[in-house]
Amino acid sequence: MAGSIKDRVAIIGMGCTKFGERWDASCNDMIIEAAYEAYEDAGIDPKDIEAGWVGTLGGTTGMTISKPLKLQYIPITRCENGCATGSDAFRNAAYAVAAGIYDIVLVVGYEKLKDSGFSGLAIPTSGSGGGLNDFAGGVQATTTAPGMFATMATKYFERYGLSPEEGKRMIGMVSVKSHANGALNPKCHFQNEVTIEQVMKAPIISWPLGLFDCCGVSDGAAAAILVRADRAKEFRKDPIYVKALQISTGGENRFRDDYDYTHVEEIYRSGIAAYKEAGVTNPREEIGMAEVHDCFSITEAIFMEDLQFSPRGRVREDIENGFFTLEGGLPVQPDGGLKCFGHPIGASGVRMLYEMYKQLQGKAGQRQIKNPKLGLTSNLGGEPPGCCVSTIIVGH
Amino acid sequence: MVGITSYGAYIPLYRLPRSEIAKTWGVAAQGAGERAVANFDEDSLTMAVAASMDCLKGRDRGKVDGLFLATTTAPYVEKQVSTIGATALDLGRSIRTADFTNSLRAATASLLSAIDAVKAGSLKNVLVAAADSRQAQTQGGMEQTFGDGAAALLIGDSDVAATIEASYSLSDEFTDVWRAYGDNFVRAWEERFTIDEGYNRVLPEAVSGLLKKCGLSPQEINKAVFYGSNERRHKGMGKLLGFKPEQIQDGLFAGVGDTGAALPLMMLVGALETSKAGDKILVASYGNGCDVLLLSVTDRINQLRNRQGIKGHLASKKPLASYQKYLTWRGLVPVAPASRPDRDATSITAVWRERAQNIALYSSKCKSCGAQQYPIQRVCVKCHVKDNYELVRLVDQKVKIFTFTQDNLAASVDPPAVVAVVEFEGGGRGYFDMTDRDPQEVKVGMPVEFTFRKLYFDRGVHNYYWKVMPPR
Repeated sequence: MAGSIKDRVAIIGMGCTKFGERWDASCNDMIIEAAYEAYEDAGIDPKDIEAGWVGTLGGTTGMTISKPLKLQYIPITRCENGCATGSDAFRNAAYAVAAGIYDIVLVVGYEKLKDSGFSGLAIPTSGSGGGLNDFAGGVQATTTAPGMFATMATKYFERYGLSPEEGKRMIGMVSVKSHANGALNPKCHFQNEVTIEQVMKAPIISWPLGLFDCCGVSDGAAAAILVRADRAKEFRKDPIYVKALQISTGGENRFRDDYDYTHVEEIYRSGIAAYKEAGVTNPREEIGMAEVHDCFSITEAIFMEDLQFSPRGRVREDIENGFFTLEGGLPVQPDGGLKCFGHPIGASGVRMLYEMYKQLQGKAGQRQIKNPKLGLTSNLGGEPPGCCVSTIIVGH
Repeated sequence: MVGITSYGAYIPLYRLPRSEIAKTWGVAAQGAGERAVANFDEDSLTMAVAASMDCLKGRDRGKVDGLFLATTTAPYVEKQVSTIGATALDLGRSIRTADFTNSLRAATASLLSAIDAVKAGSLKNVLVAAADSRQAQTQGGMEQTFGDGAAALLIGDSDVAATIEASYSLSDEFTDVWRAYGDNFVRAWEERFTIDEGYNRVLPEAVSGLLKKCGLSPQEINKAVFYGSNERRHKGMGKLLGFKPEQIQDGLFAGVGDTGAALPLMMLVGALETSKAGDKILVASYGNGCDVLLLSVTDRINQLRNRQGIKGHLASKKPLASYQKYLTWRGLVPVAPASRPDRDATSITAVWRERAQNIALYSSKCKSCGAQQYPIQRVCVKCHVKDNYELVRLVDQKVKIFTFTQDNLAASVDPPAVVAVVEFEGGGRGYFDMTDRDPQEVKVGMPVEFTFRKLYFDRGVHNYYWKVMPPR
């Protein structure tokens, strides 16, 4: 591969709304809230923005941010890549800066999910298929997001010989940890601690996943201001640098009979590519913290193995020993994760970076991790097998 | 000689005791026993397909050149359903398809047409499938006496297991049970009149007509198959016709119920299952007249013993958990909608485009590396060669569960939605709903079979697809 993004682009400002059931806030309200926090944090004027990228599944065109923000006559691109939408908007913006075309650009990710009238996720699907949707004309087996990921949990338990009770405890501890972190975060959708008993006794959504194994469905927006790395210090003394930007998009696993349903190849591949780009050789030791795509507790567990934080088939030991808690060896979801912070789809990738950015600057309050060096974020778009996974590494 | 060369039948898995219905409404039970209840995803078409699959077991479906589908409860009023059945059964396009409907005699009408077509030499192997799932208003007697089921017969002129010796038909203008355009439920006129002046007058007249034509007496018939809407009427008719109880074929009242147009053929399959070479079988339908046929069993009958048929399907059953399930499955009570987004309208264009994949259930098998994959892939998942594959039907393959979930979030008439990733014997995997299952019994590694079912009815379109179920 010819180029690397490492240390060519810096984040000089970020913003993030409170996530949750924002009954009184429109898309525009949340976009303005996130963007103006980022402007203020970067110390720039909106007129300084040279180009914009917006990540959303629901909105169409770049006008979804130009109109509320009154960004006049600059190029703005809407980007969509499933649950990796926000991360991919960030990636495209970073490449434009690295290419030397723009000095200062804006990234906004947002989603307004709670106007649907449903508790669960409601994404409109296309009747004519293509891509995610393998079947046409509405002819396909019953599909829900928890259902798809639940099949992985069933297989993980079976493959590694976990009883239903042991398996549910393993994934349940993932959520207990995220709730403990979320309780420390005023911007979180859910700010309550839960016990393992509560998690295990909760109503089943899609066996074996219970209510607390599923992330929040939330409204929210997050924003970032990116500049060329060599100009970053003009804006602030503590900019955060992009070390790696990778996306791995699969096209095969769904149809293969040698796929194990206990790992996600795209996570593994995007991790390897990101580690190479950032110069990381021992992820478990060198990555100081991570925000990964815990749409469901089983997904986070599998991320830990595929990102090589835990040995294959042995994440249970790390989960149950507290390795991923704020005090552990590699804190994961310090802001509460999708589980507690919530998951407004287009916003999530940018929201994850917001936590890494604040932690690296030492501004994470009660959740502050001691002296983190590198932060990793990773999103999974679509449904395994055959999905797209972004992995981003940032640091000083 | 023209006759029956194969047979099959289908009875839904679930049975509801008549006493349960009677208890619910505080009305008298219409006899003992139970009625068969089609699952929420079954209708006359899917049951006809199931019976046809039973009938075609071990047969070359490529040789079938006609499919006649008989029912009074076709899913469409305007649009042929035998074409959907022919596609699901993978019978090819160069066949004659026809729907026979509007009368409880529809099945024998289609059978006689098939016989005539083969006799005339215009068709060689005609599959006749009859199914019914008639709706009755709640609390009424017919709610208890009706049942759901299907039968299928293959008609040809070689290797015949039961030859057609003679037939006799009577047309009788009479309105006893009927549904007008837009009626969801069967209407019935006063039974004292309809039995005396209809059933008890016309059916004996036709049976005598046939026996006279053949120079036979009732004593010379080994098995008498004749329609009866309930046990009492059926018993009375046996006496009227002069048959001894041991000659009379079981009317399926104890375990299935009145399956309408399908009943005479289901009873005939029941008779064939226990018949021996040389047996004479009389078959009489009833509905706006009467069709009577005389069959003679040959020694080929012994080669058809591996069908699930009536006997196998009667034994393979599960009690319906409650009468309320029946109400919701038949759409007789308003049910709170699942808290899920409305589905998109079915694209008839897209359904047509993908008919081989979705209705005939074809996978693609790479000719370069042999990898089988579903849905059909133009670029091979393993060796990545483009457009070098053959189509392979998955329905014929052994299937087992690789992993699964029980989904309470998904909209389902019968929650939880059990959805499974399955492995095909020929390689590759697929993602299918599981039906006729006890959620507690579903396990990784469990063998399952394909069954043609209705996914949903939406905005006037019935959307059919395949599901998996535990073997019956």
